[in-house]
This record gives sequence, structure tokens and C-alpha cells, in this order.
Amino acid sequence: MDGVRTIVCLKQVPATQEVKIDPERGTLIREGIEVETNPFDLNALEEAVRLKERFGGEVVALSMGPPQAESTLREALAIGADEAILLSDRALAGADTLATSYTLACAIRKIGEFDLIFCGEKTTDGDTAQVGPELAENLGIPFVPYVRKIEEIGDRHLIVHREIEEGFQVVQVPIPCLLTVTKDINEPRLPSLKDKLRAKKAEIKVWTADDLSDVCEKGRFGLEGSPTRVIKVETPPEPSKGEILEGDPKELAKKLVEKLIELGLVR
Amino acid sequence: MAGTLRVIEEKCTGCGACVSACPYGCITLVEGKATIDESCCQLCGVCISACTEGALELSEAAKEFEDKSKYKGVMVVAEQRRGKIHRITYELLWIGRKLADKLGEELTCVLIGKDVRKYAEGLVRKGADKVLVYDDERLEILREDPYADVIVDAVKAEMPSILLMGGTSFGRALAPVIAARLKTGLTADCTGLDVDEEGNLIQTRPAYGGNIMATIVCRERRPQMATVRYKVMKEAEEDPNREGLVMEMDIPSNLRDRTKVLKEVIEEGQSIEDAEIIVAGGGGIRAPEDFRLLEELANLLGGVVGASRNVVDKGWMPKSRQVGLSGKTVRPKLYIACGISGSVQHLAGMKNSEVIVAINKDPSARIFDYARFGVVGDLYEIVPEMIKILKEIKR
Repeated sequence: MDGVRTIVCLKQVPATQEVKIDPERGTLIREGIEVETNPFDLNALEEAVRLKERFGGEVVALSMGPPQAESTLREALAIGADEAILLSDRALAGADTLATSYTLACAIRKIGEFDLIFCGEKTTDGDTAQVGPELAENLGIPFVPYVRKIEEIGDRHLIVHREIEEGFQVVQVPIPCLLTVTKDINEPRLPSLKDKLRAKKAEIKVWTADDLSDVCEKGRFGLEGSPTRVIKVETPPEPSKGEILEGDPKELAKKLVEKLIELGLVR
Repeated sequence: MAGTLRVIEEKCTGCGACVSACPYGCITLVEGKATIDESCCQLCGVCISACTEGALELSEAAKEFEDKSKYKGVMVVAEQRRGKIHRITYELLWIGRKLADKLGEELTCVLIGKDVRKYAEGLVRKGADKVLVYDDERLEILREDPYADVIVDAVKAEMPSILLMGGTSFGRALAPVIAARLKTGLTADCTGLDVDEEGNLIQTRPAYGGNIMATIVCRERRPQMATVRYKVMKEAEEDPNREGLVMEMDIPSNLRDRTKVLKEVIEEGQSIEDAEIIVAGGGGIRAPEDFRLLEELANLLGGVVGASRNVVDKGWMPKSRQVGLSGKTVRPKLYIACGISGSVQHLAGMKNSEVIVAINKDPSARIFDYARFGVVGDLYEIVPEMIKILKEIKR
């Protein structure tokens, strides 16, 4: 293979561990505005950069989000992306996975030729794992989800390992195609200070809905283009309290086994 | 025109609930009123639920309506692996039947594979009114391309109002392809499903690592699509006298077929998701070899060993044994949590187990809130005692 042109989709997400619930109000508490790049997307980026290092070519980092998502793209540039594009516009906000994948597909059409698209398996905020497959369908290209290894890269095909519940499949897919990758595919590198400084000064293209309107219908962007609506957000229900067994270890073990026998769980 | 989030100033008391609720930090209080930074707001709507005064609203642009009345009934997609029906299918039939009965409409099941025709009557006995069978060589292994084509064909033939698929790794990859093709809404990994008076599917799913539950609707597009989390719904019971229609469908011409499965490598004997008894270890386990203790207990009970994320991350147990939001969801008859504190993420993967036993030194561990039986103590003392007693019983 002579030069791989890859597009990597990245999303900036709230750092999930910071999301806690106020027990009295039952609402989300967030201290400050801590955000991070979706960790799975860093695996996607790492894989794309490694392919570039091996075969030559180019990596384009693509993100959609508010202006502050620029920091995710700077991180991508520091890690090894050559070009960064941010889709940012009020008209793109409030998008569900269908509108998001449509908008990303529009941007990719505008970017032009590519061999591969890499996405993380899912994001840590929404956890839907839908945008990758929906994007492939919008672009009319084949995809392989849950890729944990790229085994072979041919001129016009890839052979990859796809994780399934009980093991994995070895799958052959033609190029161009889209892959969603798992955390097992690689260990993402940390950018050096020098790379970070270089990325700080690099240009990030910002495209608005108008910039995409020559290739797409604006009515399919953002909230307007989203068929689903979140109508309620609440704390998961409290569980009912069980029984606490007491005694020394011997007694405890005996009581517990007796309970399990009573319930027919020990045969 | 895009939507906007608006503050109704007369109603806003400046309590700040929305400020702390906003996951993106886009709301501030200015002169005692909530003020939204529009360049930052993602229109996620979390603040709307947090506001007790009803002072926030999402305005949407007018949109065209599709004729929803043409769509009727519930459709579920049966899942098979290597020629055997996967149990998620029975869970889909259970919830699908419930929704169809509430709507007073039909439940259709789509059965796809090679030599699978023989299963159709069984799906009727489990609650389907109609089974559409797509039987073909190319459909032997579940692959997105040909499967999406036949499911879209089934949707066009039946025009269901609701389309449910398994929240398995296959279903979660396949459903988005269909949703994108049909340009409809899809909600991932639902843990609760209901219908309202207007026939809208009310979909509940965890978000933000299980910290919150979100309720989602798809009012204007049909079919309303959802994947259903495995092991959350009950399994449909068999009714030997149930009758239904079985239709052998023609395979659509020009079936897409771009990916090839060269080989399938099975690494797991019994999947942890199908185990009836699980003995799981977490942060209280001191060394990787100590899992042998849990293994011994599991063997005596006829179960398998599971693990929480931190021990899997340390490499002490394989990923396939990880229980939790980023691992497997399980619903065994018995789940014994040894030295597991009970993070939200772990609980999301096992709290629907029929009986939960928690063994933990820390009496304030969250796992105790979910346990039917809580044992406050050292697992290194209690588990060996249990093993001793069980061995005596077996003798």
C-alpha cells in the first residue's frame, strides 16, 4: 500500500467520572467544565497515525461540537494528525446520532478522497456506538465494528479482527471502508511537549452549516434533523434494602450457605 | 432554523440547579437569573429536568410530518448464532408482545439465517403472531450488509411502528445501519420500554456511565427503533397452543455482500452472560492467584467467575469476564460479589441479578444497598469457610 489517507472522527466529552448525582435534588453535579477527548477515539487516532508512519499518507482529524472542542483537535494534531476540521455552528447543535452521522458524512464528502475512516467503538457519554455504523451507511461504504487488530493491509482490502461476544472473527473488507476500534487495538501515545507547542500554533479549519450546504440539506442538521428527543433525565431508582448477616466468619459462612440452600441455589 | 434553549425569566428563581446540572458548564447566573451561553449549549435538555420551576424550555423549529398512521405493529429481529436461536430473541419477544398487546396490534418476528426455517413455529409459541423467514446461504453468519438489506425489506413489507433488535454486539452494530437507511431514530441499549396513548415508544436507557436514566422518544419518524439491553427483559414463556403465520420471504435481489468472514475464533467456553451463578471478585482481591479461591467456590456452586473493571484493567482476569457497563450485563440466579465496592458502572451490569450476595469488609460499601444478603467481613476468611461447608454437603 502506498500512502493511506485516513479520516479520524473524534468527540469531546464531559469527563464521565465527574458526573455525580446530588442526592437531594436528583440532578447531575458537575464541578467546573472538565472535558476530555473520548478515550476510544484516541485509540482510533493512534491506529491511523501508526498506519501513516508505516505506509505514508495523511491523517485528517474531524470533530463536531462547540468551539471549545478545538482543544480535542489540537490534541489530535499533537499526536500526529496532519489536518484538523471542526464542524461548529448553532445549527448543528442538539444533533442525535442520525443527524450527527449525516453531518459528518457531509463534511467527509467535502474533504474528498479517503481510504479509511476510523472511529472509536463508542463514546463514554452517550455510549450508543451508533455514529460509526450510521456514518458508514450515509457514505455508502462498508464497515467493520469492534476492530481489535488490523492483520493485513492490501492494495484494495483490509483483513481485521472483529471482537464478538465469544471471541473474534477474521474479516476481509474492501477499501474504502470505515472501522470502529476497541481499546484493545493499541496503547495511545502521549504527545511530547514539543508536539503540543507545534499543535498550539497549527491551523484548525472551522466549518459551519453554510459551509456544508453545497453538499447537504441543512434541514437534516442539528436538532431539526434529529428524530429522537430526550424528554426526561432522572436518577436510577433506589434499591430495596436486604438483610445483613452477622457473626464470626464461620457463622457467617454457615448462615449464608443455609440461605442459599433455602432458595434452592445450592444443589 | 435550529432549536434554542430559552430561560423564562419570570419563572427563574436563580436557584442555580441548572448551573450545576449542565454537563457542559454552559449556564451561569447573571444578576440572579440563569443565562445560557448559546455558543456552548448542546441542547441536551439535562437542565430542563433539573429545573424545578419550569423556567427552561427548548423551542424547536416547525417540521414536516410523515404519515405515521401507515405504520402499525411491533417487529422484533430474532438473533441466531451458528444456527441456534440466541436468548436475546426470547427477551425481545417478551417485551415486543407486551407492547403489541398494549397497542392492540400484531407482533412480527424476522428470522434470518441458513436452515433456520425450522425455528419459526417455536417463535410463534413464544409470542409472535407472524414470523417472516429469510433463509439463504449468504445469511448464515450475521453480517451487517445482507442482514440490513433483508430487515429493510421486512420493514417495507410490514410497515411496523416499532422495530426492536438485540442490544448485543451484533444488534448494536446492525441497527444503526438500518436506522440510517430508513432515516429514523434509534435508541441504543434500552433497559425500559413502554408505549403512550399516542403510540409513541417511551424508551429508557442509562447514560453518563449509568449515573442517570434518560427517557427518549421518536415522535415523528417510523419505525421507532431501539436496541434492547441483553438480560434486562424477561424471557417469553412458551405456549404450546399458540398459533401464528409463518411466511417464507424471497431474498431481495442485489443483496449487498461486501465483507467476508474468513474465520471465527471462539475463545470462551461458557459466556458469562449465560451463567446462572456468578462469583465475582473486585478490588478486595489482593493478588491474581487469589481468584483460584473464587474459582473453587464457583465450581462448587456450578457457576463461573466474574470480575469488576479494576481487576480486569490490572490484567488479572480476561476482559470477557468483566461485569459492568463497559463489560457484560449479567442476570444470573445468584451473584456473589466478593470484595466489590459497587461502583455505578459495576452495578449497571449486575443489579438485575435475581439474588445478590455481597461480601465486603467495608460496611458502607454501596454494594450492600443492592444485596439481598450482605456479609460484612473479610472474603479471605468467609469464602474458605463456605468452600469447606459446601464440600461437606457434597460429600
